[in-house]
Amino acid sequence: MSNSILAFESIEKSFFGVRVLKDITLGVPRGKLLGLVGENGAGKSTLMNLMGGVHAPDRGQMLLDGKPYAPRTPSNANAAGIAFIHQELNLFTNLSIAENIFIDGFPRLRWLPMLNRGHMRARTKQFLDAVELHVSPDTLVEKLSPGERQLAEIAKALSFDARIIIFDEPTTSLTARETERLFRLIERLRGDGASIIYISHILPDVIRLADEIAVLRDGELVAHGRKDEFSIHRMIALMVGRAIEQLYPPRRAAPTATPVLEVRGVAQRGIVEDINFTLYKGEILGVFGLMGSGRSELARILFGLDDHACGELLVDGKPYARPSARRSIDAGMAFVTENRRDEGLLMDISIAENIGLVALPHYAAATVAGVKESRYFDQIAGIAESLAIKSGDIRQQAVKTLSGGNQQKAVIGKWLLDKPAVLIIDEPTRGVDVGAKYEIYSIINDLAAQGTGVLFISSELEELLGVCDRILVMSNGEIQATFARAEFDKERILRAAFRENGS
Amino acid sequence: MMEAKVNEPDRAAARTQRVATSGGGSAARRVFRKLLLSQYFVLYLSIIYFLVLWPFIPRIASPQNLGNIFSNMWPLLAVAIGQTFVLIIAGIDLSQPAIMALASVIGASIMTTQLDPVLFEKSPLWGVVFTEAGGPLAGNFVAVPVAIFAMLLVGVLIGWFNGTAVARLKMPPFMVTLVGMMFFSALAIYLVKSENIIHLPESYVLLGQGQISFIPYSFFIVGALAIAAQWLLSRTVLGRWFYAVGVNVRTATVSGVPVVRVIVIAYILSGVFATIGSVFYSARLAAGRPTLGATLLLDVVGATVIGGTSLFGGKGKIMWTVFGVLFFVLLDNSLNLLNLSYFWVQIVKGSVILLAAALDVARTRLLAKG
Repeated sequence: MSNSILAFESIEKSFFGVRVLKDITLGVPRGKLLGLVGENGAGKSTLMNLMGGVHAPDRGQMLLDGKPYAPRTPSNANAAGIAFIHQELNLFTNLSIAENIFIDGFPRLRWLPMLNRGHMRARTKQFLDAVELHVSPDTLVEKLSPGERQLAEIAKALSFDARIIIFDEPTTSLTARETERLFRLIERLRGDGASIIYISHILPDVIRLADEIAVLRDGELVAHGRKDEFSIHRMIALMVGRAIEQLYPPRRAAPTATPVLEVRGVAQRGIVEDINFTLYKGEILGVFGLMGSGRSELARILFGLDDHACGELLVDGKPYARPSARRSIDAGMAFVTENRRDEGLLMDISIAENIGLVALPHYAAATVAGVKESRYFDQIAGIAESLAIKSGDIRQQAVKTLSGGNQQKAVIGKWLLDKPAVLIIDEPTRGVDVGAKYEIYSIINDLAAQGTGVLFISSELEELLGVCDRILVMSNGEIQATFARAEFDKERILRAAFRENGS
Repeated sequence: MMEAKVNEPDRAAARTQRVATSGGGSAARRVFRKLLLSQYFVLYLSIIYFLVLWPFIPRIASPQNLGNIFSNMWPLLAVAIGQTFVLIIAGIDLSQPAIMALASVIGASIMTTQLDPVLFEKSPLWGVVFTEAGGPLAGNFVAVPVAIFAMLLVGVLIGWFNGTAVARLKMPPFMVTLVGMMFFSALAIYLVKSENIIHLPESYVLLGQGQISFIPYSFFIVGALAIAAQWLLSRTVLGRWFYAVGVNVRTATVSGVPVVRVIVIAYILSGVFATIGSVFYSARLAAGRPTLGATLLLDVVGATVIGGTSLFGGKGKIMWTVFGVLFFVLLDNSLNLLNLSYFWVQIVKGSVILLAAALDVARTRLLAKG
């Protein structure tokens, strides 16, 4: 490990008495890219937070260029040349790119207590050119797309001569083209001598980019070596601690021919147009589309969160006008939105109260009557158990302390106290690790086997192919094509999504 | 970094040593920590404040003064309970003092038995609602219940207006209720041309001044309401919805919580509880006063927040508000006993509140660390 720019030596860290890092010894190779993988809660983020000066290790030390390195604050870490490109980006959206880049120390005019804006602009321009982001330095960050914001953040890293750049799930909110551009930039940064740590659940990306790969499981380093020692299968087996035979659980029941949700001519100008389809009892119907294809917008309209101008909805054969969330729920619909943090969960509230929120009115005689708590909490505990949510006391523990996969299970759990007739589920496996993905597919399978019609929206075609009975392909707010399981063909589906089917 | 280097080789040894040498001190620290983290923190703070002042102002512990503190708590608590509801849903109600003033004036206009024409001739209500012989129900035995009903109606209507503007029109609660405060307090002053309406029925005055032995009526009524409010918040569907809306309104919407209704109800409750406070305050004064509550806004919001209810919503308990109110009443009382001028009272009060807020921040940070 002599050629490590940064070395962890016997690092230990505990939170609330739980050991999250156990005796980690790992070197970050100089001028190379280290891929860091592991399930949610394996300790990746904690390890990076130690580097970034957010936490201090309980035991062990870090060496930077062979010298002890003990950052106390994130700015210590920046000064040492370590930059962190976060999952949730850390820019001030109300400021310009240039202001963001110089936020830690604005250059001043020599004789006046004023900012040297000319200098700021010129320097920022250089950094933006380096990351190939061709916008003005004065552009407000809020005007940038997620991909461009990421580039701006990398430009900021360049501004303090970062020698180690950490990317934590950088592609979750990027389009395919932006991702490609990011990868080229990462490769160029490495070519220029930067050392890079790349954290991701998307294993093919890690294989593609990395020189070395390290796998964490339950706070331990279970493998570290050159890229060619790893295959995707081996990485998964190492992460989960067992070999996963299948990525998708087998279906237990076939769909019926009884319609449960009929959508006829639903349209809203500029968002979706002329949507017609039928969802059957026990069916898992996939909706595939690229970002901006209208897939999530359609889900919101069907559930009554957004308006639609015309069209008809039938649930269980009964027409259903003027939808609203409450009426949809009463009609037997359930909706797991793509944004579990902002729309799925009450982060500061207990796991139990989160799961109970939707069905709550059914546990009291009236809105201002006492909730029948023993029955309420018993049934919630039953749901948490059947979903195998890994937690302590669900009535005490806040849902925000759960890992991503377990949070997602809690969001799904909200809809299971009253068995739904229709489940609309949008990107349920985004930011979720391999093991939890399998469990979520199994939950969806079980619901379908019990007769729920599932509308499964995803931008990951693989999982739709693995789980669904039929797939609708959306593009530009319209349904372009429908594929039954027998005619699943990755290429044809992608072509439909890109509207390259002659139309 | 130097220090880290020195300790590095035998950090474990150093740790055991530290534990061994500081056994006595750490017990005291643990007690202090426990005190700080307790949800009775503000109660303890009030008790400590009282005990510290006792040697300096012996009068503070006289039976008469204790009685004063005790009876001063309940009207303020009524108003603060209303504020607690809106803070929990991540709102704020600055119009409470104006609601109190308007309710006080309207209630008094209905039941007063005699008015001085010199003072009230110019009032827009002269000859319409009241005359020299008092209000429309002067001397009638239903005057008091009808007047109180009218006062509550004022609270409901203004609360409904605030809630609707916030929930349906998505206006910021700070703006809506600030404007409400200006509008309705000016209206109250305009209606009676700045004059207090006196000559209120005795049975009404008794509400504010009457006692059973040394316990004021307000204790029984507001105490019962506080228990009901806590029950509503912690045991009912509506209560859980309050917290859900306060923590994350988008999640609440998707989960089928009738968000608009919940917000409107919270503001109506705020208005109603402000009115209940108004009933006791104006009964104690034996007057309908157009500036009633004008100085109370800081006390109400301050007491509620110091109790531990969050300004950002989603967190709060009636019991906390009770402690916060106790602290404020005690503070006010002690400063009055010192015979300080109004300005000094305000300066000291502001400082103490700031200190309490700083302690609360420290406490929150400690809690987050676990």
